[in-house]
Amino acid sequence: MLSVKNLRAEVAGKEILKGINLEVRAGEVHAIMGPNGSGKSTLASVLAGNEKFTVTGGEATFLGRDLLSLSIEERACLGLFLGFQYPVEIPGVSMANFMKMAVAEQRKYRGEAPLSPAEFLKLVREKSAVVELDSKLISRSVNEGFSGGEKKKNEIFQMAMLEPKLAILDETDSGLDIDALRIVATGVTRLHTPENATVVITHYQRLLDYIVPDFVHVLYKGRIIHTGDKSLALKLEKEGYDWLINDYREE
Amino acid sequence: MAEKDKELLESIENQEYKYGFTSDIETETIPCGLNEQIVRLISEKKGEPEWMTQRRLEAYRHWLTLAPPTWAHLNIPPIDFQQIIYYAAPKPAKKLQSMDEVDPELKRTFDKLGIPLEEQMALAGVAVDAVMDSVSVKTTFKQTLAEKGIIFCSMSEAIRDYPELIQKYLGSVVPHTDNFYAALNMAVFSDGSFCYIPKGVRCPMELSTYFRINAAGTGQFERTLIVADEGAYVSYLEGCTAPRRDENQLHAAVVEIVVERDGEVKYSTVQNWYPGDKEGRGGIYNFVTKRGICRENARLSWTQVETGSAITWKYPSCILAGDNSVGEFYSVAMTNHFQQADTGTKMIHVGRNTRSRIVSKGISAGRSENSYRGLVRVVAAAENARNYSQCDSLLIGDRCGAHTFPVIDSANPTAVVEHEATTSKISEEQLFYCNQRGLSTEDAVGLIVNGYAREVLNKLPMEFAVEAQKLLAISLEGSVG
Repeated sequence: MLSVKNLRAEVAGKEILKGINLEVRAGEVHAIMGPNGSGKSTLASVLAGNEKFTVTGGEATFLGRDLLSLSIEERACLGLFLGFQYPVEIPGVSMANFMKMAVAEQRKYRGEAPLSPAEFLKLVREKSAVVELDSKLISRSVNEGFSGGEKKKNEIFQMAMLEPKLAILDETDSGLDIDALRIVATGVTRLHTPENATVVITHYQRLLDYIVPDFVHVLYKGRIIHTGDKSLALKLEKEGYDWLINDYREE
Repeated sequence: MAEKDKELLESIENQEYKYGFTSDIETETIPCGLNEQIVRLISEKKGEPEWMTQRRLEAYRHWLTLAPPTWAHLNIPPIDFQQIIYYAAPKPAKKLQSMDEVDPELKRTFDKLGIPLEEQMALAGVAVDAVMDSVSVKTTFKQTLAEKGIIFCSMSEAIRDYPELIQKYLGSVVPHTDNFYAALNMAVFSDGSFCYIPKGVRCPMELSTYFRINAAGTGQFERTLIVADEGAYVSYLEGCTAPRRDENQLHAAVVEIVVERDGEVKYSTVQNWYPGDKEGRGGIYNFVTKRGICRENARLSWTQVETGSAITWKYPSCILAGDNSVGEFYSVAMTNHFQQADTGTKMIHVGRNTRSRIVSKGISAGRSENSYRGLVRVVAAAENARNYSQCDSLLIGDRCGAHTFPVIDSANPTAVVEHEATTSKISEEQLFYCNQRGLSTEDAVGLIVNGYAREVLNKLPMEFAVEAQKLLAISLEGSVG
């Protein structure tokens, strides 16, 4: 589904990604962990097409397409979803209106007929239940005045609405209390099918109790320095990154 | 400047004015220039009584003593008032009995603009006094309105048929001595609308007038007078689109509103005069004087969405003369390319317990200059006056300008006047977020701008709000290259 080869990217002349290799197949869950500043969020942003970063080398294909040549919205319409670490507020634009436009644009791109207002409302009700999101939030402005937990639930609600092929969730667990974490993580798990894939970026093993990864990657200084299975996350939780980093330094 | 911004800016600058077409209707014009003879000729062509001719002449003579105002934050090229044609009317072949007899070309023009002049108006509940250039071509729903005693007709008809009302109210809120353009308007106004709602009558439909400049090189001088008698209510809609022209066109309208005791008037405008091309050539000069007076317990609400004109000079105002009267001003002003707008309001608190509210949303793109200018005045006798003002500016790109000139002048210590102001930019984070959900940058900008303006758009009648949203989107069309 997603194939990243030797991907390099920089921001303001500073190289952040120094050759990333990553293979994600349908039905898989990948976790990306690593110390602060190692490039995890940058990787998510670059894959989504954020123009703040400049790709300086390597390649990425998504569903057989050259991902790096596509616009941000084309990537989204093809089925790449980014769950934001810090969802931005858009004053005066209701969540309902925002989602209506997003769903309509993505359906149009795929050549599907637009949803009727009734179908749309039904979808909203169904999908907001996935993350136990108060349906009143849908009439409020996008992320405006949302609590930290509501913002993250709202990200997963949007993921549920848009049914992406590949969801990249950037620290969706940060700032969540235990209950909200369970709700958000359970929501993500319920959305997982053999046809789609999820990449979760996280600092904490506790998220992975719910979202069980097939692969755990450790990103350090712009490179994936180690890949393991779910037991790697447990080891990292217990022992930290030092043992890996030390190895890496020796290399 | 970031890439995204640059791309956005360049593409915004490439958009064309959507309603830039002209229609080929035979137009009757008089020689250009202005003198007493021309003023008499206009009055004569309109078959006006002598008292009206005299009032025009009086205004003209006063106008000669005035100079155009220069205090606004506008760069106005010198205007040669002797190079302007002051009257143009579509030539009527004969008296029109029904819509079928209206020039098909004219009907097509209205259709292109999406003006619901015909049967669909009944469904929409809108009566339209359609002004094409200077003469009212057709007035609808007169019958329905007449049953309630409501008068809604062209200014020419009003002068002929209701001289006592016109003599009482015309110039009572905006006298010809008010300013340069008000004097000019009184001298040469070609036509406009008159609306009178009798005591205690609630107008059952939104009244609507569409203005349109059509003949090349013709200045348009509209005169609108709305009177809501005691306890009466009316919602009035004014919408403008104009065909594109290379030379500048002067538009100097006057709108007067009288709200008698316990009355209420809502006046909504969507203004989309041709703004000039992306190099700043052509476009309408829109120098408008709009003012209303509120008697006891009366209420006047101005709502405007301004996207057009090369230069806008406009301050819809309220004189809160009666105790407990309320004035409101809700405005969205959008400028792009080389457009200049200096717009705002005046709230003059004279009566006791008077209240006013100002919500102004400026949006600047391209190399445009957008200014809010507001005056809140509380006279010594106005006990317990209240004002709340909110002035927000949104910048798109970094070559445009947003300015705020609020003036508060309170002579009564019991007054409470609040002013809030913000300036913001559409952030790259917002655009990225929208793009990531599948929206194009163009749609995203439209969405963000509409969200920003929502508080004002919500004040518009439903049908008009949709049109206004479209206009805001049109003004940002082509924002992705």
